[in-house]
Amino acid sequence: MKQTDQVTYVLSGRCLIVQLPYEVDDHTCRGVREDTESYIRERKINRMIFDFSRTGFMDSAGIGVLLSRYRRMKELGGDIYLSGADAKVSRLLRISGIYQIMESI
Amino acid sequence: MKTEGQEWEIRDGVSRMELLIESDSCNESFARVVVASFMARLDPTLEETDDVKTAVSEAVTNAVIHGYAETRGIVRITAWTQERELHVTVEDEGCGIENVEKAMEPMYSGALGRDRSGMGFCFMEAFMDELIVESEVGRGTRVQMKKIIGREEEQVD
Repeated sequence: MKQTDQVTYVLSGRCLIVQLPYEVDDHTCRGVREDTESYIRERKINRMIFDFSRTGFMDSAGIGVLLSRYRRMKELGGDIYLSGADAKVSRLLRISGIYQIMESI
Repeated sequence: MKTEGQEWEIRDGVSRMELLIESDSCNESFARVVVASFMARLDPTLEETDDVKTAVSEAVTNAVIHGYAETRGIVRITAWTQERELHVTVEDEGCGIENVEKAMEPMYSGALGRDRSGMGFCFMEAFMDELIVESEVGRGTRVQMKKIIGREEEQVD
């Protein structure tokens, strides 16, 4: 699969799928907050799915984005899910306690 | 944190590298890939390489977003190997950390409200065998990390 450094968004009804890039770090995550905020504002999102199926590297910047979006979706009474994490990414999600608050689908 | 009289010492059995980068976020990826390539000589497992990449990424990101914040400066990454040990040092001459102990607590972030997890130091600690953080306000920060490569094989023997 082609390595990509862009976050892409897929909208399905009021559900927003955030497709994360090959490397999830401070640099690649910088726009996610603003981007998702505009979808929340304009499309009244009530479900967000973070898709890691393209991701081969992640650091704590990815955890920061997940926590911030988790808080935001809870504020709105919405749901947030994870999908497609490989063993490497899963390990980071587990160590940081993300699996205690978010479900993988 | 600049060390006075720091010189390149050539020693038997030690190989060393140094990388200077500008404090731009796009260099975070470059820095961790360079260290990962350098450590390849120790024949690490994929997991060991990932551990080091994440730890280096955390240290360099800290230098970029906390050390230099809105300013720009140089991040110095030094790595050396000796037998099965990998040592990595990440230094900046940025604003420094007032309370290192507090900064290293889980979930602490000097930039809260900006989507930071506050887990950078925790990841460095979890993925490396040793972590030393020195900092002085106004002079910068130095993070020293060590990891022993090939420990899993040793247990098998």
